[in-house]
Amino acid sequence: MMVNEQAYSLAVEKLLNIEVPLRAKYIRTMFAEITRVMNHCMSVMSHIMDVGALTPFLWMFEEREKLIEFYERVSGARMHAAYVRPGGVSLDIPKGLLEDIHVWADQFGQRMDEAEELITGNRIWKGRTVDVGRVTAKEALDWGFSGVMLRGSGVNWDLRKVQPYDAYDLVDFDVPVGTKGDCYDRYLCRMEEMRQSLRIIHQCINDMPPGPVRVDDLKISPPRRAHMKENMEALIHHFKLYSEGYTVPAGETYTVVEAPKGEFGVHLVSDGSNRPYRCKIRAPGFAHLAGLDFMAKGHFIPDVVTMIGTMDIVFGEVDR
Amino acid sequence: MLRNVIRAAAVPRVQTRVALPAMARSIHISSRVQAQNTNDYRANREKFPEDDMSTRYTSGQGPSALDKASQALLLTELVRGMWVVLESFFRPPYTLMYPFEKGALSPRFRGEHALRRYPSGEERCIACKLCEAICPAQAITIEAEPREDGSRRTTRYDIDMTKCIYCGFCQEACPVDAIVEGPNYEYATETHEELLYNKEKLLANGDKWEVELARNLEADHLYR
Repeated sequence: MMVNEQAYSLAVEKLLNIEVPLRAKYIRTMFAEITRVMNHCMSVMSHIMDVGALTPFLWMFEEREKLIEFYERVSGARMHAAYVRPGGVSLDIPKGLLEDIHVWADQFGQRMDEAEELITGNRIWKGRTVDVGRVTAKEALDWGFSGVMLRGSGVNWDLRKVQPYDAYDLVDFDVPVGTKGDCYDRYLCRMEEMRQSLRIIHQCINDMPPGPVRVDDLKISPPRRAHMKENMEALIHHFKLYSEGYTVPAGETYTVVEAPKGEFGVHLVSDGSNRPYRCKIRAPGFAHLAGLDFMAKGHFIPDVVTMIGTMDIVFGEVDR
Repeated sequence: MLRNVIRAAAVPRVQTRVALPAMARSIHISSRVQAQNTNDYRANREKFPEDDMSTRYTSGQGPSALDKASQALLLTELVRGMWVVLESFFRPPYTLMYPFEKGALSPRFRGEHALRRYPSGEERCIACKLCEAICPAQAITIEAEPREDGSRRTTRYDIDMTKCIYCGFCQEACPVDAIVEGPNYEYATETHEELLYNKEKLLANGDKWEVELARNLEADHLYR
């Protein structure tokens, strides 16, 4: 997913002390938000499916499929994009993609309205989620929760707001915060975050400037292919980059992004060579799953399903 | 009154930043849920003693008791939900009948690998081994020596397709557009060995898919 690539790229860029072009920042921001919508389509709707309603899951997967197609058009892969690179993004957006994203974003709000009509007020859904898995703000902070798990408990903490990266300081959006900290609040927060993502996507499409999408430094980003084939200098840089890579100045950074599931951090230590000395990736799921014990106390067994759904857990991330 | 009922049952628009669930939660309480809430979970009673469940939904805000009762008895929110389902029942389906219909692919799609040839039939690969060097999964193995005519060619070019992560770095690294990832994604096999591609298989792929490969490179050349 592109948010993870973005976190790693931001870490490398911080060590390299480079600034990516504005167009690349907007592209990254837009695809980070597309990733957020993709993730929430999956997490909220499979949560609903676990609790017992299959229909909205199928509706939203239709939308998710469209988003995966955008991924495929821009990067060539449906999930593991390898699109965001240190120094920008690998290729510019193909012609016509922004129009298609715009058309999609215009209709997605209606699809969400339909799903919400079916779910938000539904008495069965509320019976299963209201007051289930309540987390106080203190508990959420103590257990290292992040993302919606933290905001659902009323802590107004969003890394896109408190330490904006890429183009997040240039776009306008709101952060939904819950009050009760139960599964229903977190569901509402995720639904609202998707609507806010749409806002950001619209702004990115409208404000995206023309220009380069990679830093203009052949020591870091490869030259254009046409250039590489007729220019000796560019060919040498191409060979150096693809055999040896580039050296990163010695240093250490912990760079975080607001991934859809929470705080996704990359701790990167460089010893001045061309490969990292240490790279620790902090994924949000592990801390959330650790909280299952205190959240589930006093509840029924079927509520554990609800709680695992609301944590937005991917087990491949937890036992990594 | 019915209009009130419907308005009360309308899906609550979540407000950002401010007390979103208070509004959303003040409606749609069926008698069953109410019963469950008064018999509330032990954990919540201990952790949130200030939350008096008996007065929580009667604090004077939100719809009246009459509205709530009619909403609960007339199942308005369920009926509205079912109406949305009925609407979508009459929409055209989004399904693709897969083996007969396939989704569109962009020119950038990274599928099965192929080794290309020049139009003269000469193979493009010059054994510079950049793809082997950049491959993050170390799936590519190359051995090379000069041919009889003195040109440098590979004697061995293996890709372990079960190691490959389809990142596309090999085709980015290749200075002569020899190794490419083509549009084919239907090459599942029954055994592991069949996915250990050697040079003959890759060149055969290149011959088979050359039209599509050339078209994709042409379509994307402005961006690369």
